[in-house]
Amino acid sequence: MLELEPRQEPSRAMAYASPLLAVVLTLASGFVLFSMLGKDPVQAFYVFFVKPVQTYYGVGELLLKATPLILCATGLALGFRANVWNIGAEGQLILGALAGGGIGLYFDQVESAWLLPLMLFGGAVGGMAWAAIPAFLRTRFHTSEILVSLMLVYVAQLLLSWLVHGPWRDPAGYNFPQSPAFHAAAVVPLLMQGVRTNLAFILALLLAALAWVFAEKAFAGFRFKVSGLAPAAASYAGFSEKRNVWLALLISGATAGLAGVAEVAGPIGQLQPSISPGYGFAAIIVAFVGRLHPLGVVLASLLMSLLYIGGETAQMQMQLPAAVTGLFQGMLLFYLLGADLFINFRLKWVPKHRAAVPAAVAVTEGEAA
Amino acid sequence: MPAAPETELQPRLVLRGITKRYPAVVANDNVDLEVRPGEIHAVLGENGAGKSTLMKIIYGVTKPDAGTVLWEGQPIEVSSPAEARRLGIGMVFQHFSLFETLTVAENISLALDERIAPDRLATLIREVSENYGLPIDPKRLVHSMSVGERQRVEIVRCLLQKPKLLIMDEPTSVLTPQAVLKLFETLRRLAAEGCSILYISHKLDEIQALCDTATVLRGGRVVGSASPKQETAESLARLMIGSDLPECHLQPRAPGERRLAVERLSLRTLDPFGVSLREVSLHVCSGEIVGIAGVSGNGQKELLSALSGETLSDPAAIQLRGQPVGQLDPARRRRLGLGFVPEERLGRGAVPALDLADNALLTGSDHGMVRRGFIRRAVVRSFSRSVIERFKVKCRSEQAAASSLSGGNLQKFIVGRETMLDPQVIVVAQPTWGVDIGASMLIRQALVDLRDQGVAVLVVSEELDELFMICDRIAVIAEGRLSPAVPTGQTSVEQVGAWMSGLFESQALQPAGATAHARA
Amino acid sequence: MNLEYLVPILASTVGAATPLVIAASGELIVERSGVLNLGVEGMMLAGAIAAFAIGSQTGSLTLGFAAGAAAGMVMALLFGFLTLTLQANQVATGLALTLFGVGLSAFVGRDFVGQVVDGLKGISVPVLSDVPLVGPLLFRFDPLVYGSVALLIGMQWFLNRTRGGLLIRAVGESPASAHAIGYSVIGIRYLAVLFGGAMSGLAGAYLSLAITPMWVEGMTAGRGWIALALVVFATWKPWRVMLGAYLFGGVTILQLYAQGFGVRVPSEFLSMLPYLATILVLVLICRDPRTILLNQPAALGKRYHPDA
Repeated sequence: MLELEPRQEPSRAMAYASPLLAVVLTLASGFVLFSMLGKDPVQAFYVFFVKPVQTYYGVGELLLKATPLILCATGLALGFRANVWNIGAEGQLILGALAGGGIGLYFDQVESAWLLPLMLFGGAVGGMAWAAIPAFLRTRFHTSEILVSLMLVYVAQLLLSWLVHGPWRDPAGYNFPQSPAFHAAAVVPLLMQGVRTNLAFILALLLAALAWVFAEKAFAGFRFKVSGLAPAAASYAGFSEKRNVWLALLISGATAGLAGVAEVAGPIGQLQPSISPGYGFAAIIVAFVGRLHPLGVVLASLLMSLLYIGGETAQMQMQLPAAVTGLFQGMLLFYLLGADLFINFRLKWVPKHRAAVPAAVAVTEGEAA
Repeated sequence: MPAAPETELQPRLVLRGITKRYPAVVANDNVDLEVRPGEIHAVLGENGAGKSTLMKIIYGVTKPDAGTVLWEGQPIEVSSPAEARRLGIGMVFQHFSLFETLTVAENISLALDERIAPDRLATLIREVSENYGLPIDPKRLVHSMSVGERQRVEIVRCLLQKPKLLIMDEPTSVLTPQAVLKLFETLRRLAAEGCSILYISHKLDEIQALCDTATVLRGGRVVGSASPKQETAESLARLMIGSDLPECHLQPRAPGERRLAVERLSLRTLDPFGVSLREVSLHVCSGEIVGIAGVSGNGQKELLSALSGETLSDPAAIQLRGQPVGQLDPARRRRLGLGFVPEERLGRGAVPALDLADNALLTGSDHGMVRRGFIRRAVVRSFSRSVIERFKVKCRSEQAAASSLSGGNLQKFIVGRETMLDPQVIVVAQPTWGVDIGASMLIRQALVDLRDQGVAVLVVSEELDELFMICDRIAVIAEGRLSPAVPTGQTSVEQVGAWMSGLFESQALQPAGATAHARA
Repeated sequence: MNLEYLVPILASTVGAATPLVIAASGELIVERSGVLNLGVEGMMLAGAIAAFAIGSQTGSLTLGFAAGAAAGMVMALLFGFLTLTLQANQVATGLALTLFGVGLSAFVGRDFVGQVVDGLKGISVPVLSDVPLVGPLLFRFDPLVYGSVALLIGMQWFLNRTRGGLLIRAVGESPASAHAIGYSVIGIRYLAVLFGGAMSGLAGAYLSLAITPMWVEGMTAGRGWIALALVVFATWKPWRVMLGAYLFGGVTILQLYAQGFGVRVPSEFLSMLPYLATILVLVLICRDPRTILLNQPAALGKRYHPDA
């Protein structure tokens, strides 16, 4: 009989192995799923995971789609470390797009080199402002930041929809709900010819590096960690919960906002009713799969990006349903959460006959004899 | 009963070769035990000797890895507490297994295996509780009751099942000395009626006063048995710890200036189940140890968190070295020289999942461990290594997780950390709670050394013996009020015990009726 | 506003409130047992698509609703296995359940987009339903509306008057005590979680088979999250769930009617109202921390392992 036995100390090896185990299990499930859909699983795997990145352009796409994920998840991961559950990154991303995009639209005649930095800054501030609402309500009124930040996603989506259907609609756009396209000075420059990856990817990597310094080297990062692991110890040590909540939400709001503006001033090029295929939610999964560690987040973002692109490729080439991507995302997180058990527990093989009854019987027999 | 004479000869409970291993420790190693009907049998041993594990095995909460349990001569497997209750085994837990938001009757009905209509149950509870001198109101919500009253609920809950064996796990730690005497009367009466009692304790005087036989555990093994009434406290102690009881000596010393002062501190608790503080006044001077005695749940938690800064109060109500600190958070108070050892080690005094070095950083950040917002790992590590060395903390290294240490070793680390951060004032809650005697003595000596270096030390403890051993002055907390602190030499266990039930008010803040109720 | 409008507004308020009542009462039981399942939205989506798929394939609404509840339970079982058996973090697992539910329902529902079924109709109670005013307001609803009211009354009775309810409360307050006196904490919590899943699934089924009898991706539109907020608003008391749900139903329907009446506010802003109302309500309830401390199950969201 297998039994779970608590480990004396959490296993570091398992902490790193568990995301890999989760990936393997997800792939195995995918294998079964593809077979059930009547596709050749080997070919489907090839189309899903290998084909998209065989070309220079494909690799560029991989990095491009990983960019908003790295940005959002880096911020979220910091917050999750402190038990601040911002799950409204999608809303903050939209607000970032609105704020930064709004600046771009307002200055549509200005060709200054300052415009783009200003837009990016505006995007970060927009995301921060949206995240400040749950921060304020939690620190002032003790409301759950989970529910508030999530509700604000819907509000943000409606706000975006109103703007592109109304005030910000392109007058020359044949009545399509979209803003005018950003002009050249308001667009994030590409990294190199032949790919769509832009400068935001470098920015995302820099921020991830900064997040690593914050999380591992700075005392503020230590305060985050303690609040997350043992809130009572944090208040005993005098780490202010309010400060942590504010900081965590503002940071994650800023990075999500940056992701938003980088999307609209990047590959999208204008504001439209839908600007994200759920990057803000996928980033939650990325943060966990990346072990809430900035380097892990970068790797997990690449994986998640591959899932997005692979899903598209598989849809086009094999008529696999697009929703497979969402299914994979959910599964990945489930497997990870399950596999994490082994960080704190180990499996122990317990021979069945060890139980107390047979022992007791043995003694009685001894007495009888 | 026809089988009566036979039962008289037969032990009610026999344990043979009980063994229980945990990953870090062997809690019980080949333990044998026999309890006769009507016998009050002590299981004696210091903290960590394996007493509680053994009782949990008898009560079916934990399963042994090996060994036999015989109940009235029959080999049995106690697979669950329900099974134990069916056999006639009742248990009063050290940490009560009660539900605060439920009524007494609901609590009792949950532990009864037969369904009894609510009205009949209420009557039954009243009858049994009054019959045994443990009056309780079945309709009261448990959170409104004192710790002593809660224990009555636990006992009555067992008595309703007419147990043949009652296990009491450290029952007196929550009682005033007077209440202990009443409890003993109840237990003696039960024994006279034929109920066997397993009495778990590490308090030698109690065992001598109450028990017929004692089985002594040390390090999970039976190291002997004795007739407590024929032993001396010294001989029992030798059996229990394997050597003479170490002592702590307090050299008389004139206290210095006031370091910590609490003036008329009143605090309404936010916790619906907490205790509000009423006009608490106290001061601790440089070079003295002041102790606060009291039954748990009388405002200790609230007072401690007001002192540490986890709860804020009137600015002037708490003064640290002459400065009003009531509105300062724990980190600021620490900067003014306050050290603090909380009651809960895992989760408050230390972060279980982090290593000892990180746990040193938890409160040591102002002592050169952080520069310009960045952590200086080398400083943190060398500091934690010196704590480990000086306080003889048994651990793998400073990289061992706090959760991997035994209670005593973690407490040594926390006390060591707070001590080595050069406090001017140190507040220590339950310094030796659940800690073995060796570690206890080391911790007590550390506190005495601090005092001798001129630190103001405040100790909150439920162990009267400990307070009498190391304190210059003792005060008592009861129902959120604090008695005056009197020199230890001028008081006695009896007087402090009387104060623990709230009888110290000369200004008659409290009507006589309420006092009588608290005593009942 | 005259009666001509008031009656249909009130009647549709009840309709809009019903899935919230059902989902929130399920979650209420789950939370009273000490478990926080943030996956209500995901379980509702699973319920909605399963109900629609089975309902439209078999033509039987009963089978459809049963399938919805069953799908919710399967999702809940997954949650239970992870959080109760494998001790995973409840918040993270709940989020995962929602994300998975979104993906799964979109995947299963890809062939059902655009289809319609004959939705659940009101039953007209003979004679009574023809009484003016009272008739349309009380006696023309579908069975699930009456069922949801009965559910709440039943829960109030169950939690406060039965041993099962006592056990749920006990386990939610102090699992260690419950374990010490011999109850299977994990077992009781599994039952609560499964009940919660069934109710969420049923609520989802109500969306796809009664309110708008068709399948639209993500059709729950945050109702699962609103149900979670409702449980807080209700301070974990069944009768207050009713109050909250009808309040929300009212807000939802009013903004729809306001749009219909051409109120001169962009429709997007009116559509924001239910979400903003949720935030407002949370603020009002949580403002005083004592309210939460007094009512919230003490062990809510905390892991429990019998050996630890």
